[in-house]
Amino acid sequence: MDTKLIKDQFFQMLRIRKVELKISELYPEEEMRCPVHLSVGQEAVAVGVCSALQRKDIALSAHRSHAHYLAKGGNLKSMLAELYGKKTGCAEGKGGSMHLIDLEAGLIAAVPIVGSTIPIAVGSAWGNMMQNKNVTTAVFFGEGATETGVFHESLGFASLHNMPMIFVCENNLYSVYSSLEVRQSNKRDNIKIAEGHGIVSLKGKGNDVSSVYSVIKESISIIKKQKGPVYVEFDTYRWLEHCGPNDDDHLGYRKNKEVKKWKTNCPIEKTKDYLLNNNLADEQEIQRVSQEIDDEIGEAFEFAKTSPFLDKKHLYTSIYSD
Amino acid sequence: MRNLKFFEAIREATAISLRDDPSVYLVGLGAPDPKGIFGTTEGLQSEYGADRVFDMPISENAMTGVAIGSALVGMRPILTHQRVEFALLSMEQIVNQAAKWFHMTAGKKNIPLVIRMIIGRGWGQGAQHSQSLESWFAHIPGLKVVMPATPYDAKGLLISAVEDNNPVIFMEHRWLHNTFGEVPKRKYKVPLGKANTIKSGKDLTIVSHSYMSIEALKAAMIMKEHGIDSEVIDLRSLRPLDTKTIIQSVKKTKRLLVVDNGWTRFGVSAEIISSVTERIFDELICSPSRIGIEDVPIPSTRALAVHSYPTPSKIVKAAGKLLGLEIKLSKEQKKSDPLDQPDQNFTGPF
Repeated sequence: MDTKLIKDQFFQMLRIRKVELKISELYPEEEMRCPVHLSVGQEAVAVGVCSALQRKDIALSAHRSHAHYLAKGGNLKSMLAELYGKKTGCAEGKGGSMHLIDLEAGLIAAVPIVGSTIPIAVGSAWGNMMQNKNVTTAVFFGEGATETGVFHESLGFASLHNMPMIFVCENNLYSVYSSLEVRQSNKRDNIKIAEGHGIVSLKGKGNDVSSVYSVIKESISIIKKQKGPVYVEFDTYRWLEHCGPNDDDHLGYRKNKEVKKWKTNCPIEKTKDYLLNNNLADEQEIQRVSQEIDDEIGEAFEFAKTSPFLDKKHLYTSIYSD
Repeated sequence: MRNLKFFEAIREATAISLRDDPSVYLVGLGAPDPKGIFGTTEGLQSEYGADRVFDMPISENAMTGVAIGSALVGMRPILTHQRVEFALLSMEQIVNQAAKWFHMTAGKKNIPLVIRMIIGRGWGQGAQHSQSLESWFAHIPGLKVVMPATPYDAKGLLISAVEDNNPVIFMEHRWLHNTFGEVPKRKYKVPLGKANTIKSGKDLTIVSHSYMSIEALKAAMIMKEHGIDSEVIDLRSLRPLDTKTIIQSVKKTKRLLVVDNGWTRFGVSAEIISSVTERIFDELICSPSRIGIEDVPIPSTRALAVHSYPTPSKIVKAAGKLLGLEIKLSKEQKKSDPLDQPDQNFTGPF
């Protein structure tokens, strides 16, 4: 185990968790006036995948994109300013939480129409292939997206042209309030579906950052060796409500036992235990870095809050490109 | 000057675009097949290679996303559909994604993309192969919508569309593919968003687009024989719309007839008439009028389909009404009304 890597992954997950919880805390101020889909509980997939990618590689996400954006190296200040609708946001406030973008970090797209970034990811992989650019593309989507037609169409075309890309399915078991049971037959298997398209398919533990990382590393070597796409699936769990800052356990659509089980299986606590038990880090170091993260987040929120909005004259700008 | 058919002009524009810019590629169901999308893509694969001209799976929605994704990383795709109706499977990608990217990213990413769609008509094609849905696309900020009526414009507009940095919906009426006209061999561009006055006149303004511009011109020629001097404006682009040219013309003629290529209700004609009346209502000497496809799905049988479309006879009649004249067409003049093919020489495929 690479000590630097696992420590880095731990602090990245912690940072994402802290950002999301701060959003949750400040959301009731009603200054972040856009829908937010928080990633609390799902940090390991984002960090595991992105830490296996290079900065030049491309990632695309969906509605629950904060963790992916941050894990891929997206600028925190720009993200928060975007949530506050400010000019300094990554899309000057025109995109909002559901349209994060950081081109330098390679996070080129996030859209909330479920399944929609999957073909766009295939296209960006294809475009880079046509230009002989050595870039790997990863697209994050939930298990709900595997129910869309465009998912299946995209697998087919990616396989046909041997795209150098990774389809990353985060199975958090629920689409809003609808459980897997009411949406997919229990005889169905996405791994087999992807394999049916001739795509190598792997499974990993979604709340174990090292498991995610090694599955993605293996995927990258498969892409290099076999010249084709890889489908990977990780089980994980969202702690808070589908959209918004709160938990929604009072609605009773998820069993308390289930929620509890997944919360005990916390990706961050697990990694922390691992670090402490193996003397890779001590409480003091964790506390110190944790404080640094808090300071950075505090500063980023201050930046977002004090940034100006776009002027009215910008209503008609950036509709068409010259 | 050299004459080319409309479909040859499309082919030539595509070839020039492929030749001049290595980031341009063409993808479409049947694009490299022996028929080559009614001849418009014929031979392009052997000329430019299998890595520039692609066939595709019947996955219209995904393939539109694929085209968008490739545009995001520097390519300039041309995606073709054999009928507008097949593109409907990709409305999500066109409307939510292609049209919105430049805006959603505050100008960080634009989508240079051309989507060709072909409008069918005749030979009993019926409800799902004959729809003119241009107003759907023209409704969306972020898209451009282009509809040439002549071979010259087909070539010049397609080259402009490919070089444009935005998603452009390029709609071709199938009945135009075999029309012919002067097309220079050189590379030239017709600007997007500029209408063309294809006949000058002083008595009334007829505004039309795509195939209906041909019918409007035929009607204008018949009217000329009856002593009426009409001006015909071919829009060429619906978005951006060249309101200026329309207003200038109506200011001169004081009368406006819109011949819509699509359904009359909630469509292009409503937009044109509103644009004119809200600007120069006082200068009109009679209420503007419009004529378009009847408010029904297109039936397969020619016995009914023939009554669905505006014809030169109907256009002349509508124009006469605006002028307070009853124009009686001769038997010869009525012959220009098509039944279910644009002319005798056009024998399909449709």
